[in-house]
Amino acid sequence: MISFEDVEYVYPSGVKALDGVSLKIEKGEIVALMGENGSGKTTLLKHLNGLLKPTRGRVVVDGVDTRSATIAELARRVGLVFQNAESMFFSSTVWEEVAFALRNFGYDEMIVRRRVEWALNFMELGDYAESSPFLLSGGEKKRLALAIILAWSPEVIALDEPTTGQDQLQKEKLMQMIRLLKEQGRTIIASTHDVEFVAQLKPRIIVMRRGKVIADGGAEEILLNEDLLRSCNLLPPQIASLTRELGFIGIKPSLKHPREVAKELLDALSRIMRGG
Amino acid sequence: MLGTDRREAGGEAEGAPAIIHVENLSFRYYGSEQYALRDVNLVVRRGEFVVLAGRSGCGKTTLLRCLNGLIPNFYEGEMLGRVLVDGMDTRYTPTHILSQAAGMVFQNPDNQLFALSVEADIAFPLENLGFPREIILERINWALKALKIEDLRYRSPFELSGGQKQKVAIASVLAMKPKILLLDEPTSSLDPVSARNLIESIVELNKREGLTIIISEHRLEHLLPHADRLIVMDRGMIVRDGDPRKILRDEDLLVYGVAPPKVSEVARCVNAHRGCLKFEEIPLTVHEFVEKVRRLIG
Repeated sequence: MISFEDVEYVYPSGVKALDGVSLKIEKGEIVALMGENGSGKTTLLKHLNGLLKPTRGRVVVDGVDTRSATIAELARRVGLVFQNAESMFFSSTVWEEVAFALRNFGYDEMIVRRRVEWALNFMELGDYAESSPFLLSGGEKKRLALAIILAWSPEVIALDEPTTGQDQLQKEKLMQMIRLLKEQGRTIIASTHDVEFVAQLKPRIIVMRRGKVIADGGAEEILLNEDLLRSCNLLPPQIASLTRELGFIGIKPSLKHPREVAKELLDALSRIMRGG
Repeated sequence: MLGTDRREAGGEAEGAPAIIHVENLSFRYYGSEQYALRDVNLVVRRGEFVVLAGRSGCGKTTLLRCLNGLIPNFYEGEMLGRVLVDGMDTRYTPTHILSQAAGMVFQNPDNQLFALSVEADIAFPLENLGFPREIILERINWALKALKIEDLRYRSPFELSGGQKQKVAIASVLAMKPKILLLDEPTSSLDPVSARNLIESIVELNKREGLTIIISEHRLEHLLPHADRLIVMDRGMIVRDGDPRKILRDEDLLVYGVAPPKVSEVARCVNAHRGCLKFEEIPLTVHEFVEKVRRLIG
């Protein structure tokens, strides 16, 4: 679905933000891009819809080399939600904001209405349908940006730090949304440093540092590797630290649900106490 | 340092004089039908470390705005009840006076920094209030030192990392020598190590300078071990207020959009089993959890 082939990107200021990135992402994958601020995550996302084109190497999305396509062509395939959601709004109401892309793609007005309503309700913005997007709070703006993508549902969905400013219930909603989109065969790529969120979602994780991909693997493989995380200014999820510290009673490091960890702990303790 | 128990470290706040009184406070923004705050009552003592939690839109930000006088002096709306900050009624006290009692740090440091150097950014509000040069320099030195960012003094705020910017924003508020520091989700745009680092600085300000801290946050795992008090808000009301360990032991806060630290969740699950291990006190750190297990098996 997506391939980066030895991609280098140098900003006009001379800063090399991507330094020989090669990776492949299949259709229907959920990928988390992790790494500290400035490691190249956002630059990588901007290559997906052609906002940025590689200085060297190439990016192919759904069979199309981004250098030979216009942003308008790529926009049909790739939806990018910026970290600063406000930068993408321009309509006078929340409802219009979500309807805009759908109308632009030529959907029938009845379908537009149904989809907008559904997406706004899913992201808990139904009450704000007639409000101005600019009057929403930070977290609400973010949800509006997600509602737009949800209504339109492009093949590839790129999210830049989607959990920033969201409370736990909204994060779980976001997780539901990501899984729902995956069910529909969409490919989701999200940059984030929210380790607790990633530990729960358990996607494939690509770790970046100074413009390079330094690790790529399953959630357990990456999030249980404390040295790797620390080298990128990330902290292990608390469950990972807890299970590691409980190693002295025979518990293995994991990202299991607190309920399962509690059970494992009690089993281990009763074995020890019986054995004396 | 992050593993230490707040109460072992002192707990100076208990019995200290009250510095904030919120009495029957309700507030509705101009043009809105819903009240953002509904009959809030709150007393905060000098030196307390208070964590404000709850869903987005539950009223945390509005409450903080009431505590430094932005409401009602800057945001228009209908305010009922009253707020006393260091003895001053916010309705009758100009914001530049209130900001010397309660300083506010916002989510996004970019909105708070604008000068060409860190030093100039910290100096700006003091110059504005007409402080003499020696005092300004003394305050800048003190604020930079308190946050351990002396090395950033002559840098441009725009070339700093998110965590550094947020520390500069705190320093510029601190230079006004407030007794209370209000922080509205200050770590939300920071990576985890920078976020923890910032929280350590805030904890230091509380312990060393005796500053009263009221901080709203979604990520609680690094913050709660240092908190004297957890306040949970829902739909404009305070629904829980007390010792975080007790609140976390007694119920699941997820309905209020609050994610407790994962270790506390595991401890609650352990308690539910009624097996060989029982946490009388809910642990807030991995260290506390593991120590309890070690003591059990001897």
